[in-house]
Amino acid sequence: MKRLFKTYLEKPELAGLILLVLLVVIFEIRSDGVFLNQDNLRGILGILPETGLVAIGVTILMISGEFDLSVGSVFALMPMSMAVLMVEGVPFPLALLAGLGVCAVIGFINGYVTIRFEIPSFITTLGMLFIARSLTIVVSGGFPPLLPADLPNWLFTSFVGPGHMFRMSFLWFAGIAVLTSLMLSRTNFGNWIKATGGFHPAAASMGIPTARVKLACFMLCSMLSGFAGMLQVLRLGSPLPSIGEGLELQAVASAVIGGASLAGGIGTVAGGIIGTILIRIIDNGLVLSQVDANWFKFAIGFLTIFAVVANAWMRKRAKAIKMEN
Amino acid sequence: MDDAIISVRNLHKWYSGVHALKGVSLDFKRGEALGLIGDNGAGKSTLINILSGVQTADEGEILVDGKPVRIARPRDAMNLGIETIYQYNSMVPTMSIARNLFIGREPTRFSVFGVGILDQKKMGSESIKAIANVDLHLRSPDALVGELSGGQRQGVAIARAMHFKSKVMILDEPTNHLSVKETQKVIGFVRGLKEQGVTGVFISHNMHHVFDCCDRVVAMARGEVVLDKRIEETSIDEVHNVL
Repeated sequence: MKRLFKTYLEKPELAGLILLVLLVVIFEIRSDGVFLNQDNLRGILGILPETGLVAIGVTILMISGEFDLSVGSVFALMPMSMAVLMVEGVPFPLALLAGLGVCAVIGFINGYVTIRFEIPSFITTLGMLFIARSLTIVVSGGFPPLLPADLPNWLFTSFVGPGHMFRMSFLWFAGIAVLTSLMLSRTNFGNWIKATGGFHPAAASMGIPTARVKLACFMLCSMLSGFAGMLQVLRLGSPLPSIGEGLELQAVASAVIGGASLAGGIGTVAGGIIGTILIRIIDNGLVLSQVDANWFKFAIGFLTIFAVVANAWMRKRAKAIKMEN
Repeated sequence: MDDAIISVRNLHKWYSGVHALKGVSLDFKRGEALGLIGDNGAGKSTLINILSGVQTADEGEILVDGKPVRIARPRDAMNLGIETIYQYNSMVPTMSIARNLFIGREPTRFSVFGVGILDQKKMGSESIKAIANVDLHLRSPDALVGELSGGQRQGVAIARAMHFKSKVMILDEPTNHLSVKETQKVIGFVRGLKEQGVTGVFISHNMHHVFDCCDRVVAMARGEVVLDKRIEETSIDEVHNVL
């Protein structure tokens, strides 16, 4: 039992990974080999970075012990502010910086209000969900502005690699995934994030600047979400004000399915990504297996509850182990 | 003769109208194990929190090695060599022993603005040494603290304080919630401090534990020091009477 608990704490994404392999095999068989063919994989990999980057941010924030419901709205607000600026003649790189700046400010407000007034981040970011969505529509005036023609699509959405397998966005995603994963496991800052979420009083008594750690995680989460939103807008070619709706819950589902604990301290970037891939694969695989696509949300919902029940059971076992000693 | 490593002079602390510390003055002598006793609300936790940087005093002064110091944050206390071990909240159960040992003071291979790559090899080898130094037998520094018993956790906390060469170790009710056997082990750790030249401050509800391992006993009541004697000059009954 102790072994299982330990494995779970060290590799919380393991269960998700096993499920992932299982589903790939099932879908490959059920779809008569269409699932893993090049065109289908290219489709999945093309949109994976958008939800994947949001899931990375949400997972890291959850490990630090907080929560963000505003990611879906920030996902829309960031590219919308960029588009509005570019219509005014601001060049792309400057608009990109300004857009990321907007995200950083939103993340900062989320974190500051949560920490300063000691309220649940669930509430702060629920408020921000409405505020950021409203701002998106207000700045656009209700109509999506026309994007300029000379966007650096080659840097973000063009297909590259053997057989044009990947979009550039996938390389950004992979790079950010590796960097954030290393940050969490190999740097002292990662240690502080885990300690802050794992047991706040201990982290504080050992002199970790827990407020600043959480603020940084809030800001990182918002910026990754905004960046992901920009990738989607560049892929679609138009900054729709409604993009990212419902994304916040899908991102939380990804993190939880990937083994992150809502209570903080437990989770990995890899887990969040595995959770995202699972959701994307279920979405795609159900269609290919000719199952009514409306079962998609059912499957995600079931998987999320299942993952949290398994987490809770593990925690109860962990407590029992502590009692035995 | 025996000089004071920490002295507090006339410390006052108010909590919204409640006068929790009423001008406490006390010397913590080098190499001595001091037992601090008092009922709930006597002010002992407030005194300790001020020394460890969790709270600040409203009035009064703290001297370390005879020099006045300011302890505004936990990190200030640690830098002065004052390390505090709480009954439960100094370890993160979801992290490994090695990582817990170095929380907030991780060795890094290089860093920018205080953030850098962990030197995991060093963390591993140093934590094996640190654990062995307090006579604690654990399988591996990669074991999770959540897997350890309460006594083992206190052992790791003490190992951590030793490793960072703390001069004063404050143990805030370290034996609460521990079994009799584990309690004996922690008391053994406290006795061992003296040999390592570390000043110990042992806070407990349990008179017997204090008389078991301390050189001097200080009793507090209603925010004041009501008794301050060497163990051999007093008795459990006398301490009971002043409380």
